Amino acid sequence: MRYLPLTPDDRRAMLAKIGAPDIDALFRDVPREAVVPLSVFDLPETQGELEVERALSKLASRNVAAGSMPSFCGAGAYKHHVPSAVDHLIQRSEFLTAYTPYQPEIAQGTLQVLFEFQSQVALLTGMEAANASLYDGSTATAEAVLMAQRLTRRGKAILSGGLHPHYAETVETVAGLSGLVARAPVTPGKAEDIAGLIDSETACVVVQSPDVFGLIRNLRPIAEAAHAKGALLIAVVTEAVSLGLLESPGAQGADIVACEGQSIGNGLNFGGPYVGLFAAREKFLRQMPGRLCGETVDASGKRGFVLTLSTREQHIRREKATSNICTNSGLCALAFTIHLSLLGEEGLARLARLNHARACALANRLAHVPGVELLTPSFFNEFTLKLPKPAAPVVDALAQKGVLAGVPASRLMPHEAAARDLLIVAATETNTDDDFAALEAALTEALK
Amino acid sequence: MSMNNQGRPSQPGTVRGDDMPTISGNRGLDLEAALIFEIGRAGVTGVDLPDVKVDDARLGGLRRKDAVGLPGLSEPEVIRHYVRLSRQNYAIDAGLYPLGSCTMKHNPRLNEKMARLPGFGDLHPLAPRAATQGALQLIDQLMTWLMTLTGMPAVAMSPKAGAHGELCGLLAIRAAVEARGEKRSRILVPESAHGTNPATAAFAGFTVDEVPAKPNGHVDAAALKAKLGPDVAAIMLTNPNTCGLFEGEVIEIAKAVHAAGAYFYCDGANFNAIAGRVRPGDLGIDAMHINLHKTFSTPHGGGGPGAGPVVLSERLAAYAPLPLLLADKDGFHLIEDRAELPAGAKPFGRMCAFHGQMGMFVRALSYMLSHGRDGVRQASEDAVLSANYILASLKDVMSAPFGDGPCMHEALFDDSFLEGTGVTTLDFAKAMIDEGYHPMTMYFPLVVHGAMLIEPTESESKESLDRFIAVLRGLAEEAKAGKRERFEGAPRYAPRRRLDETAAARKPVLRWKPDPLPQAAE
Amino acid sequence: MSEMRFTDQHEWVRLEGDEATIGITRHAAEQLGDVVFVELPAAGRKVGAGAEAAVVESVKAASEVYAPVSGEVTAANDALVAEPAKVNEDPEGAGWFFKLKLSDKAEFAKLMDAAAYQEFVKEH
Repeated sequence: MRYLPLTPDDRRAMLAKIGAPDIDALFRDVPREAVVPLSVFDLPETQGELEVERALSKLASRNVAAGSMPSFCGAGAYKHHVPSAVDHLIQRSEFLTAYTPYQPEIAQGTLQVLFEFQSQVALLTGMEAANASLYDGSTATAEAVLMAQRLTRRGKAILSGGLHPHYAETVETVAGLSGLVARAPVTPGKAEDIAGLIDSETACVVVQSPDVFGLIRNLRPIAEAAHAKGALLIAVVTEAVSLGLLESPGAQGADIVACEGQSIGNGLNFGGPYVGLFAAREKFLRQMPGRLCGETVDASGKRGFVLTLSTREQHIRREKATSNICTNSGLCALAFTIHLSLLGEEGLARLARLNHARACALANRLAHVPGVELLTPSFFNEFTLKLPKPAAPVVDALAQKGVLAGVPASRLMPHEAAARDLLIVAATETNTDDDFAALEAALTEALK
Repeated sequence: MSMNNQGRPSQPGTVRGDDMPTISGNRGLDLEAALIFEIGRAGVTGVDLPDVKVDDARLGGLRRKDAVGLPGLSEPEVIRHYVRLSRQNYAIDAGLYPLGSCTMKHNPRLNEKMARLPGFGDLHPLAPRAATQGALQLIDQLMTWLMTLTGMPAVAMSPKAGAHGELCGLLAIRAAVEARGEKRSRILVPESAHGTNPATAAFAGFTVDEVPAKPNGHVDAAALKAKLGPDVAAIMLTNPNTCGLFEGEVIEIAKAVHAAGAYFYCDGANFNAIAGRVRPGDLGIDAMHINLHKTFSTPHGGGGPGAGPVVLSERLAAYAPLPLLLADKDGFHLIEDRAELPAGAKPFGRMCAFHGQMGMFVRALSYMLSHGRDGVRQASEDAVLSANYILASLKDVMSAPFGDGPCMHEALFDDSFLEGTGVTTLDFAKAMIDEGYHPMTMYFPLVVHGAMLIEPTESESKESLDRFIAVLRGLAEEAKAGKRERFEGAPRYAPRRRLDETAAARKPVLRWKPDPLPQAAE
Repeated sequence: MSEMRFTDQHEWVRLEGDEATIGITRHAAEQLGDVVFVELPAAGRKVGAGAEAAVVESVKAASEVYAPVSGEVTAANDALVAEPAKVNEDPEGAGWFFKLKLSDKAEFAKLMDAAAYQEFVKEH
C-alpha cells in the first residue's frame, strides 16, 4: 500500500521492541466482542491511482460543470476567474500540509498570511478589526447574531426578508436557542420596512446587501434606526467582489459584517469549502469568535506574528468560550488573500466594474424577452426576473438545452408564493456575449 | 604547458565559527518577507482586466466613494512573496508532526487532483439536480463508507469541521429529548475532554458537568453512572480517550446511559486508532463526528478547511439536519424542503448554507478508495504500532503516567522526568524545533501535569521513528543531566526566536496600518 | 489601621471602615503569568461572598476572581484596563481590582490572616 511505509520486517522488529506477540495484543483494552473481522465491512479493497482516478472521473463526468455551458447561477456562490498563480501557490507543501500555527516560530508563513488577510478584510468591509476567517458566510452570520446577543444582553434577532434563506435557517438553528429569531417579510425587488420592526428587545438586525434577489440595500437608515434603540446592525455580503464597487458596510454604519469570501480565490466546489469573512468594531474585539492573528516581536527584536487573544477560544475558556470553533478556513483564506493581492486596488475596482457592466448588458438584453420583467432596479452582478410562469421548470428545461439559466427563487424559498415565478440571474466576467445570446434565445423559446 | 590563469580555490578552506549578521537580514536561503502593504504600489496589478466604465444608474446611490486601500503587486512579486512565506512554515510534507489528537498523516496528492476535476470543482451548488447526479452519488458513496466503517445507520454530512459536527450531534440530541417532551439540561463531559466538547455543549444550551478521570487515565465509570439522572441529556466521551487509551468500559457505560434515558455522543477525533477494526456503533454510541482532516487525510491547510460529518444511531437518525440525501430508482435527491421530507424525518434545522464540504468529500473518498477496507485497517494497526513503539522506546528515559500497558494511536508523557531540571515541557518542545521537529501536543490533556501527547500516525517509516526517538532520548538525557543551554532560549534556528505573546495580547495589533505621515513643515 | 485577609481562592481583602479593597495575591499573580486583560465589575453591582466578581486573563489562561465578602461594588481599578501589567508589578497594592462596601463584617473576620495564608499556600 503506497501510503504505508512500514514493512512486515519493520512491524516484527517494532513488536519485538514493545514486547508484544502480535498487533492484537496492543488492542487488549478493546472488549473482545467489539473487534470485528475485515469481512464485516462490505467495502472494496485497496486500489491503485489508476483505478481510483477512473472511478472518480466517471462520477465527475456526470455533473455539468459551470464552465462547460453558459452558466448564470449565483444566489450565494459565484463563478469568477481565479488566476493560475493562486492554485499553484496554495498547493505548495508548506501551505497545503501545514498545521494550525500554534508554534509560531515555525509557522510565520501561515501567520503573516493571516495578518495580511485580516488587514484586507478590514479594508474591504470598512471595519476596524477582522478575524482569521470562519467556515463560511452562513455560519459567520450565525456567529454574528450570537455575538450581538452577548453584547447587547438581548435575545431578539430580526432577519431581513432579503437574507439568503440558507443563512436565515442557519441562524435560526443556532441562535434560536438563545433568543427569538424573527423574519421580516420577503419583498422581492424592494426593501422591506425593517427599521419599523426594531424595538427595545432587539439585539440585532441582519440585512444582506446585495440581497438574495440581487437588490442593493441602503444600510445607513437601518443602522441609525438600530442604534437609536440600542441594537446592532449586522451586514451580510454573499458576493465579496461587490465590495470593490459599492460602499462598504462599515462606512454605512454596520457594527458587524459577515461575508462569504468564496468569490475571491475559491471555486464553486458544489457548496464547500468556502470562507467566512468576519469583521467588527474594535470595541467588540473580545466578544469576537474565531482565531485572531496579531503582530509582535521575537526575542531578537524581529517583527513576527502570533495567534492572540486566545482566551476567547474553546481550548482555554471551554464552556465560556465565545464560540466552539476550532478550525478556520485556512487554505481558502490563503486563496482569497493571494487572489486579492494579485488584484490589488486597481484590479479589484476593474473586476467589480466589469461584473456590473456584464450584468447590466445582460439585463438590458433579457428585458426584450417577451413576458420577462426585471424586478431589481439596482444590482451589482445579479438581478431577478419575473417570468410569466413558474421558474423552476423553465430552468430544468433550459439545462436540458445546454444553458444553466440561473437559480429559481423557489429553490431557496419553496413556500413563498411571491418567489414561484422568479429567476435569479448572475453574470460575471466569465460570461461571454455568446453566453448572453444563448440565454436570450433559450429563454425566449421556453416562454413562448 | 600552456598557461591557464583561470585557477580558483576548490577546497573549502578553514571555516570561521562566528555568526555574522548580514546586511539584508536574510540568511542564505532563509529569506525574509515584507508585508504586501509594504511591497505594493499604486497603479500596479497582477491581473490584466479591461478598464470598463460604468455609470451609477443601477447602483442605488451606493457607489463606493473612497478607495479600499489595497496594495498593488505584479504577478512576479506576488509569487515571490508567497513562496518566501511558505518557506517559513513547517509542514507534514517536510517532517514528522507528532501532534497527539491531530492525526497528521500524509496528504495524498491524488486527492488534490480529484478535487480539482471540473465536474467537482466547477460545480454550482444550486445547479439543477439533474446536472449534479455525479456529485450526489459521490456523497452517497462517502456516506456508505462512513456508515459501514462505524456500523451506524445514518450520517449527517453538512458540518464544516469537527466542532461543527459536535454541535450537530448535540442539536440532534436536544431535538430528540424535546420530541420526548422531556427537559434534560445537563451534559456529562470527562475532565480530560478536548475544549470543543464543553464549549459545544454550552453553545447548544446545556450546562456542563465534569466527570473525573481515574489515576489510570480512564474515565471514572462509577462516577459517571452516579451522575446520570432524569436531567442528563447526554454524555460526551472520546474513545480512544485523550490520554491515548481505549475506554474498555464503554459498552457498560453506553447501557447505563441509555437506561437513564440519555444519549451517548462520541468525539471521533481518535478514530484513526480503530478504523477498520472496531465499529463505534457496536459500542452503543448515538452520534459521532468524524474529522475528515484527521482520519481521512484531507489536508490541514494551515488551519482549515475541515469537515465533520456525524454518524447517527436509529435513536437520532430522524433528527439529522437539512439537507438530506436520498437515493431511489430515479437517482439521487437532495431534500432541502421540509414539505418533501421522507416519512419520520424531523430535521432540527440547517447547519450551514448548501450541502457540506464537497471538496473535502472528494479528497476523503479518494483516500478511502485508495486504501480500501484492508488499507484502512492496516493504517490503524500501523498507527497503534508506531505509537506503542515510541512509548516502549522512551518510557525509560521520559515519564509515561499510563505506560504500564499498551496505548492506542498516541502515547502520553508528563513532565515528571523534568522535575528539578529547570526545564519545562515548553522548553523541551522549543528545543525540538531546533532539532527539526514540530513539537508534540503540549499541556493537553489537562489531567496530567505538563502533558506531552505524541501521535506519529501510520505515515512514518521505521527509520523516521528511530530518528525521532533518538532525538527525544538525547533531549531528555541532557535535561536530566542538568545541561540547560540547549533549552534556554530555544528555538535558535527557526525563522523566529520565541515571540512576545504578552505584548500581542496586551496591545493587540491585528491589521496593518500605514505609518502616520510626518508633520508638514510650517 | 487597615488589615489584610486572604481567601483560599487567592484573593486578598483590605478593610478600612466598611470599605473593602480586593485583589489577587502575589502567589496567584506569579502562577498566572503575565496578565494581559482584566474584566472588572461595574459600580453599583451587588455581589455575595464567593460569587464571581471579575476575570483576570494571561495569554494562556482565564481565571475567575471571586468576591471574598458580600457587598456593593463602589469602584473598579480602571487603570488596569490600560495597564494590566500593574497586577504583576504590584498585585497587593496598585494592582487592586475593585472596592466594595461591606454588608457583613463577620465574613471578613472568618478569612485567613497573612500567616494562615502562607501556610495554606505551602500545603497546596
